[in-house]
Amino acid sequence: MIKFYAHKILQTADGKLPLDVSFHLEKGQFLSLYGNSGAGKTTLLRILTGLTEAEKSLIEVDGITWDNSEKRIHLPVQQRSIGFVFQDFALFPNLNVRENLEFALQKGKSKKLVDELLDLMELQSLQKSKPQNLSGGQKQRVALARAIIRKPKILLLDEPLSALDDEMRFKLQDYLLKAHQHYQLTTILISHHIPEIFKLSDKVIVLDKGLLVKEGTPAFVFSEEKISSKFKITGEIISIEKSDVIYIVSVLSGNNIVKVIATEDEVFTFQIGQKVLVASKAFNPLIQVIS
Amino acid sequence: MIDFAPLWLTAELALITTVILLALSIPLAYWLAYSKSRFKAPIEAVVSLPLVLPPTVLGFYLLVAFSPQNEFGKFLENIFDLRLVFTFEGLIIASVLYSLPFMVHPLQSGFKNLPVSLKEAAFTLGKSKFKTLTKILLPNIKSSILTGIVLTFAHTVGEFGVVLMIGGSIPGETRVVSIAIYDEVQAMNYDAANVYAGILFSFTFLILIGVYFINNKFSKINPLND
Repeated sequence: MIKFYAHKILQTADGKLPLDVSFHLEKGQFLSLYGNSGAGKTTLLRILTGLTEAEKSLIEVDGITWDNSEKRIHLPVQQRSIGFVFQDFALFPNLNVRENLEFALQKGKSKKLVDELLDLMELQSLQKSKPQNLSGGQKQRVALARAIIRKPKILLLDEPLSALDDEMRFKLQDYLLKAHQHYQLTTILISHHIPEIFKLSDKVIVLDKGLLVKEGTPAFVFSEEKISSKFKITGEIISIEKSDVIYIVSVLSGNNIVKVIATEDEVFTFQIGQKVLVASKAFNPLIQVIS
Repeated sequence: MIDFAPLWLTAELALITTVILLALSIPLAYWLAYSKSRFKAPIEAVVSLPLVLPPTVLGFYLLVAFSPQNEFGKFLENIFDLRLVFTFEGLIIASVLYSLPFMVHPLQSGFKNLPVSLKEAAFTLGKSKFKTLTKILLPNIKSSILTGIVLTFAHTVGEFGVVLMIGGSIPGETRVVSIAIYDEVQAMNYDAANVYAGILFSFTFLILIGVYFINNKFSKINPLND
């Protein structure tokens, strides 16, 4: 069980911004942090890790106080049971894959664990490679294995999947889920990718400008309940063209462009670049298998 | 016949200076690279001072400080039985001060160029600052360490003003090659000066070739070592 509260003034491009967040997390839960860049997600993880100190804080993990600003308790990073996957992976370039894991292993722990994780992450064949010779997805797996090897109480991931293509991303989500379940971790992931959050997490916290604005299950947090529809996609308006008496609005969703008819009154409120939800209520969309 | 004593003396001085500076500069450069202390700027200035100060100025102050006629010199002589003017020990101290920036600066920029996340990752894996330094940081700044060692060695070999001020030219004690060349020229022994100068020139040139060669190899193996 994790109890977290932190207050810290962030220095952002738009001036000072107070980060003020408090939440609870049960053991074994998978939490995703979602929000615009600059909302304070990375800082929140760093405070939990102990790499950044907050002005006011109260952090308790399984009954042990990690941070308590009133009592001036600040447990050093080294003594917190955490695994951290950095955005740039932070693999040690002087060590090969196996040595990276062995370096992380606690004294007196069996090297079997290294083999077990190399197997789990399918890295056996790469164990002698240096990090700079690995692809993004491989580095990711090494970073994940290295973070898990100490069997931490909390696994923290700072947007590690953002740099990968979709296929790799799906695979790594599976690895992550496998590790989360296999080692019964409590995991906190920063993610911008809503499908990913749905797939992985039990709980989502949405941060905006340093404040917690929404909290709950992914389904609760991401369903805009204004329209109850059967079919909906989100996208961005890329063009609005007049065609006789109606308008054709092109919406880019992923790599697809959807053309939607709109009336003059509706178009009045639209702007190019706006994020929109395209929903259809009365029709049942067809699903065809393409691959 | 050429007297080889100044060559050996120079090599000994440069070697001892380099070893002392390496041990001294690793903690100092680490502190300068990561500290946010307000004392950082004045200390950086002190470290860099020998770069801009005429060597004779540094030599002059050391001469005054170490002189047995003054309090500090008297104190050293009475308590430690140590005389630092016109002795080899004095040359070592002067060289350490004079070559300090040549060791500290490469190490400091080596530390600074490493991604901070490497250090932080080692911390999150429960490793102490010392272990992180020896197992992760230093092995990843090998080329900076090599540059520091070579620059310090070469700079100590080449120093003249400081040595002349504080060491003079006592054969076998303080008469290093650069001083020997000067003496030979004064005595119109151009042949001897030529030999000393030739040896210094080729030695320095070979060392630099070696450094660039090895550094290029390092950066091929490990792009962080650039």
